[in-house]
Amino acid sequence: MPNMSPKKNPMPSQEPNVRNKNFLEVALGYSEETAIDEAKRCLGCKNKPCVSGCPVKIHIPDFIKEVAEGNFEAAYRIISEASSLPAVCGRVCPQENQCEGKCVRGIKGESVAIGRLERFVADWHNQKGTDKIERPELNGHKVAIVGSGPAGLTCAGDLAKKGYSVTVFEALHLAGGVLIYGIPEFRLPKAIVQKEIDTLKSLGVEIKTNMVIGKVLSIDELLEDGFEAVFIGTGAGLPRFMGIPGENLKGVYSANEFLTRVNLMKAYKEDSKTPIKENKKVAVVGGGNVAMDAARCAKRLGAEEVYVVYRRGEEELPARAEEVEHAKEEGIIFKLLTNPVEILPDENNFVGGIKCVEMELGEADESGRCKPVVKKDSEFVIDVDCVIMSIGTSPNPLIKSTTKGLETKTWGGIITDSETGLTSRERVYAGGDAVTGAATVIMAMGEGKSAAAAIDEYIMGK
Amino acid sequence: MYKIVKKVCLNPTVTRMDILAPHIAKKAEPGQFIILRVSEDGERIPLTVADYDRNAGTVAVIFQIVGATTEELNQKDEGDSICDFVGPLGQPTETDGLKKVAVIGGGVGCAIAYPVAKKLHEQGACVHSVIGFRNRELVILDKDFDAVSDRLQVMTDDGSFGEKGLVTDALKKLIEEGNKYDEVIVIGPLIMMKFVCMLTKEYGIKTVVSMNPIMIDGTGMCGGCRISVGGEVKFACVDGPDFDGHLVDFDEAMERASMYKAFERKAHDKACSLFKGVE
Repeated sequence: MPNMSPKKNPMPSQEPNVRNKNFLEVALGYSEETAIDEAKRCLGCKNKPCVSGCPVKIHIPDFIKEVAEGNFEAAYRIISEASSLPAVCGRVCPQENQCEGKCVRGIKGESVAIGRLERFVADWHNQKGTDKIERPELNGHKVAIVGSGPAGLTCAGDLAKKGYSVTVFEALHLAGGVLIYGIPEFRLPKAIVQKEIDTLKSLGVEIKTNMVIGKVLSIDELLEDGFEAVFIGTGAGLPRFMGIPGENLKGVYSANEFLTRVNLMKAYKEDSKTPIKENKKVAVVGGGNVAMDAARCAKRLGAEEVYVVYRRGEEELPARAEEVEHAKEEGIIFKLLTNPVEILPDENNFVGGIKCVEMELGEADESGRCKPVVKKDSEFVIDVDCVIMSIGTSPNPLIKSTTKGLETKTWGGIITDSETGLTSRERVYAGGDAVTGAATVIMAMGEGKSAAAAIDEYIMGK
Repeated sequence: MYKIVKKVCLNPTVTRMDILAPHIAKKAEPGQFIILRVSEDGERIPLTVADYDRNAGTVAVIFQIVGATTEELNQKDEGDSICDFVGPLGQPTETDGLKKVAVIGGGVGCAIAYPVAKKLHEQGACVHSVIGFRNRELVILDKDFDAVSDRLQVMTDDGSFGEKGLVTDALKKLIEEGNKYDEVIVIGPLIMMKFVCMLTKEYGIKTVVSMNPIMIDGTGMCGGCRISVGGEVKFACVDGPDFDGHLVDFDEAMERASMYKAFERKAHDKACSLFKGVE
C-alpha cells in the first residue's frame, strides 16, 4: 500500500539560529526509516513523468522502489547508471522545477521528495556501501576533458565506464570546479565532492590539476598529443560587474572572489592563510543561488546584517525556493525591487554604503519577465561596509582566444550542436555553462552526458 | 609537487628559486606570471616569471619576503618541493618592432624587468636600463642587467651604490640627452611606476607598466585583480599584467593593494615567530 500522506517527510536540519554561525551542513539527511516511509509515497506511475524532468534521466521510480524495500545498494546502482555525482545532485538540483515538478503526487499535495531520497541513497552508499568499483577494461582510446566541474566530471565518468582512458585538466589546485570553489560547505560538504571524485579516479579517470588549457597546452596540442577527442567544460567563470561608480572600492567583491576565498581557500577557518575582510553589514547584489550562497556565507562569517538587493520581486528570484527559504530563516534581509546605483566610500576608501533606487515592475520584456523600471525620486542609502556583486558570470574567453576556428556567440558561449555537443571544430565537444552561460549543476551534467555518448559514437564509428 | 632545483639569496630579503615545471618552462615568455601555493591550505600567490630554461624544464621566480607565504616559501631549500605551481598566466610583454627602449626596474621589480631587457637585447634592440634600490644592500641583478644593456644606470636612495637619486632622475637625464625611445617599460612599486609615467607623459613617450595586484585564480575568475585603465575595468590576470601606463589609475590601484595590509602584517609576524621557534 502506498503511503498516501499529502506531505513530504520533512528534512531534519540544523536550527537556523545555530547554523547561521557555523559552516556545517544545514540539511542533515533522512534516516533509513524516514527514507523508506518517503519512498512508499511513490505511486510508481507507468509513464514516469519524473524521469522526463531529469536532465540525466535517472530511472527514478525504479530506485525509489528499491528504497521502499530497503535495498539501498540496489537503489544506488540504479542511480549511478545515469548519474556520476549522485550525492551532489541530491543536494543541489532544483528538483522543484525538474523531477519533483512533474511528480503526480504534487498535483494534490507535495511531490515525492525525490532529491532527498537520492541524497539518502548516495550517502548511505558512501558510508555503508558494499559494491566494489570495477575498473572497466580499457578500449585503447584516449579522450581529454578540459575543466573538472559537473559537466567535465560527468563526461569523464561516462567515458571511463565505457573503457576510455580519460584525462581531466583542471586550472585550479583542486578538482571539482564550482562544486569546490563556488557552492559552500554548508550546502555541499567538500568531503562529499571529494568522495565522488575519488569514485571517478577508481574508475581510471586521471585528473591533472594546475593545468590552464589555453596557456600551458592548447586544444590543438591536446588533439596532436594522441587525444582523439576533447570535451570543453570550462564553465562560466568570468564575473560581471554593474559598471556603477564605486565598484572598485576596497570591500567590493565579485561573488566568485568572495566564495572562492571562503570555499576553495577556506578563509572561514580561523588559521586560514587567505584573508577575507571582516564585515559588519553586507549587501549582496543579485537574486540567484550564488547570491544566496554569498549572503549566507557572509552571515556565517559574523556579519550582523546581510541584505540581498534584487531589482525584481520575490516571484522573480531565480534562486531555488529552498535556498531563499533557508536564507530568510537565517536572518538574511531581502531588499526586493531595489537596484544599486552607486557604492559610496568611507573616509578610508573602503565601502561606506550603497545607494539604491526603488523599482517597480513594468511590461514584460523579450525574456517574458516583467521589466523593472526605476521609481521616481526613490533614492536611498543602505549603510554597509561590504558589497558582493552576484549578477552573473560569462564563459571565460581563454579557450576561444587560443583555439582557431572555435565559434562562439557574441556573449562568449561556445556554439554547439544541441544534441551532441559538437563544436565548430571536428573532434572538439563542449557542454555546461561554457555553452549555456551560467545555469545549474544538473544541466551541465546533462550536457556532459550527451557529449560523452556522442564522443563514443564518433570514436567507435571511425 | 614541484621541486626546487636551485635557490639563491640575492639579498637579505630577496630570493631566487628555479622550480622544475617542464610544461610551463616550454611556454613561458617574459612578462607572464605563475601562481604558486607552498603547502596544502596555503595561500595562492602570483609571481612574475623571472627566467626560464626550456631545456632544463625550469622556471625561475624571484620574490621579496614580505608576507607569511613568501616567508614560508623562503624556508624551503634546494631539493624541497612546493605544492602547486601553475602558469604561464597573463599576456607576454610585447617587444615586436621595438628598436630603442628604456627599461626601468625598481627593487624586486627588477626581477621582472630583467627578462624583458634580455629579450629586447636578444632581438637586437638598443636597451638603456635604469634600476633603483633603497641602498647598496638591496641591489640585485646589476651584473645581469649590465650584460644585456647598452647603457645601465643604477640608482640608490642613499647613494651607497651607483648614483644617488630616483630612477626618474636618471630617466629624465637620458631623455634630455636626446635619447629617443620607442617605448619605456617600467616595473616596480606602484608609486615609482606612477611617477615614471607622469614624467614620460610630459615627453609623450609610450610607457608600459606591469601590474601585480591581489589575485586568487589568475585565470579571470575572481575579478579581485581589477584595475581601471582609461576608465575601463580590466582584469590584470588575463588582460595584463602589462598596460599602457598613461591610462592606469594608479591611485585606485594603490588603494586596492592596501586592502589586506593589517591581515598580512599579523600573518607575517605570526609566521616569523613560528619559524624562529623552529630554528
